[in-house]
Amino acid sequence: MSASAAIVRPRRAGFVVSQEWLLLAALVAVFVVVGLINPRFVATRNLQTILLGNAYIAVAAIGMTMVIISGNIDISVGSLIGVLASVSGSLAVAGVPVVLSWLIPIAVSIIVMLFQGALIAYLRIPSIVVTLGMLSILKGGLISVTNGAWISNLPPSYHLAQWMLFDLIPMPVFFMIVLTVGAAWWMRNTVSGRSIYAVGGNSEAARLCGMPRERTLMMVFAIHGAFIGLAAVLFATQLSVIQSTVPSNLELTIITASVVGGVSILGGTGTVVGSTLAAILIAAIGSSLIFVNISPFWLRAVQGFLILGTVLADIYRRRRRGLAR
Amino acid sequence: MSDLPVRDVPGRDRRRHVVAAHEVVLVAILVLAVVVLAAISKPFFTLDNLLNQGRFMTEVGLIALPMTFVIITGGIDLSVGSTLGLCAIVLGYSWKSFGFPLELAIPFAVLVGGVAGFVNGWFITRFKVPPLIMTISTLALYRGFAEGISQAHSVRGYPEWFYGLGQGEALGVPSQLWLLVVAIVVFGVILARTTFGRALYAIGHNETAARFSGIPVDRIKLAIYTASGIMAGLAAWIFVSRVSTTRSDMGIGIELDVIAAVVLGGTSIFGGIGTIAGTVLGLLLIQLLKDGLALTGVKGDATIVVIGTVLILSILLTNFAQRRRETSR
Repeated sequence: MSASAAIVRPRRAGFVVSQEWLLLAALVAVFVVVGLINPRFVATRNLQTILLGNAYIAVAAIGMTMVIISGNIDISVGSLIGVLASVSGSLAVAGVPVVLSWLIPIAVSIIVMLFQGALIAYLRIPSIVVTLGMLSILKGGLISVTNGAWISNLPPSYHLAQWMLFDLIPMPVFFMIVLTVGAAWWMRNTVSGRSIYAVGGNSEAARLCGMPRERTLMMVFAIHGAFIGLAAVLFATQLSVIQSTVPSNLELTIITASVVGGVSILGGTGTVVGSTLAAILIAAIGSSLIFVNISPFWLRAVQGFLILGTVLADIYRRRRRGLAR
Repeated sequence: MSDLPVRDVPGRDRRRHVVAAHEVVLVAILVLAVVVLAAISKPFFTLDNLLNQGRFMTEVGLIALPMTFVIITGGIDLSVGSTLGLCAIVLGYSWKSFGFPLELAIPFAVLVGGVAGFVNGWFITRFKVPPLIMTISTLALYRGFAEGISQAHSVRGYPEWFYGLGQGEALGVPSQLWLLVVAIVVFGVILARTTFGRALYAIGHNETAARFSGIPVDRIKLAIYTASGIMAGLAAWIFVSRVSTTRSDMGIGIELDVIAAVVLGGTSIFGGIGTIAGTVLGLLLIQLLKDGLALTGVKGDATIVVIGTVLILSILLTNFAQRRRETSR
């Protein structure tokens, strides 16, 4: 058992490190190049804005990365984050203690994800079908319940971002960093964490090693639910008005972060450090367009090239290593 | 010649049964829905209303046909909505800004759709990029082109004749519905009656085996992804003609409607199973539910809740039916 882990680990570690260093290098390059053109881009204030506005995407991408590594996909997350943000805001406005208005959405999210996980794991409906159905249910349900009304007059203590660590790091960014490091450690060094890779890589082999596919998937979706719930809270608490819509194609942005971060859609490989770096990189590129005077309407095209480039680089690298399937 | 050995494969008979079972389930739900909705709402079960629904169904329907092919081979194309948006922008801008005559702008837009689909297929076959990833990246890319070219401006003021396809009638039926019917027949015949159609099932069941049987897998895949782009281009033309304007956000999320119709129609997302008849039933069911519920006073947003639920339930039902059959064998 430990012998085989020792054989497998160096190869995957080498592969993973290169993807993460690549992202880090790209991130530094963006900051240096754009910073030279327009120094205001690297001002502390702008860096805070970029990180603060996108911490929730990175947190959601942690859960998404686990789901994709396990060999599934979740396209319901955009709608779910919208629903949870409204739940959280409504609770806060209704006078529920602020802490509960943060915790209840996380609980709701875990329940929704356990339900989806059960359909996928035990009833064996493909995850893309389950989450596509759930996407419609949540999106339609949200708008018809709220009638598209906006939630305003949120209590001042509701906004998480007002607390700064060392007067420098806003709370959501702190969460992002701690959760990324924690999740990365857990997935790398514990049996339960590694079982996600096992199930995604070869679920029959995993079963024979005593890691039943069903239970592992339920665990993955429960954890994914917790991350999505937290992401929704981070998203909601940075708004002064919560609308019943989320940024369009939010699920796509989250999946993009995971994929650019090095997760293989075939399951079995990837890390959350990569997905967080990718989320920051995408956000930084988006923000940089404004600083170098390119119309923000080209943002999505840049994103598209970014994913395509990453995927091709990944495939090229695998072929060279002879790992292509 | 190629027909004979395939017919003797035992798996195929089983598949026939499963598909038939799913289509029966669909027809039953469809009849039930029509009866209930007709009982509740007077204006629902009128020829005018039903034909009018065909108008709203055409764009999703045109894209759902090649999507059925793509999903049968075990692939997926998430970029169709963005391709539609890009084609709509190309149509509008090549006419308004680049001075193309409109008669030329239309085929040009459809051509761009074909190229967009070809690019998907080329990367998928040449570099073995998983279709989900490839088409997610072009979903972003093509929408990005549409937004970048148009800078979020719309194009309007088309000449009167241009609206004939989207808003006019031919022989008492919305004109675009004829196009949909022809497309359904063509795609249906190709899938059920030609070697090409059989090859799609073979690829979906076992791509390696299909390759070793001498089926030109890559060329076929290239063809169906290109077809997917072309149909998205056609849908863009009809869409622009129907709503009289071109915007870069056209077709956002249509890929999900399309996939819902195809999957609801019994095409397996794992590949190898599916029919055009099923897809058409799935389309009809979704459109009639949307319309019927709206007429009975359910708000538009609540109807997509129903559609999501029907989608999951119908797959559950079919899964159970399939498992029962497999255990009894």
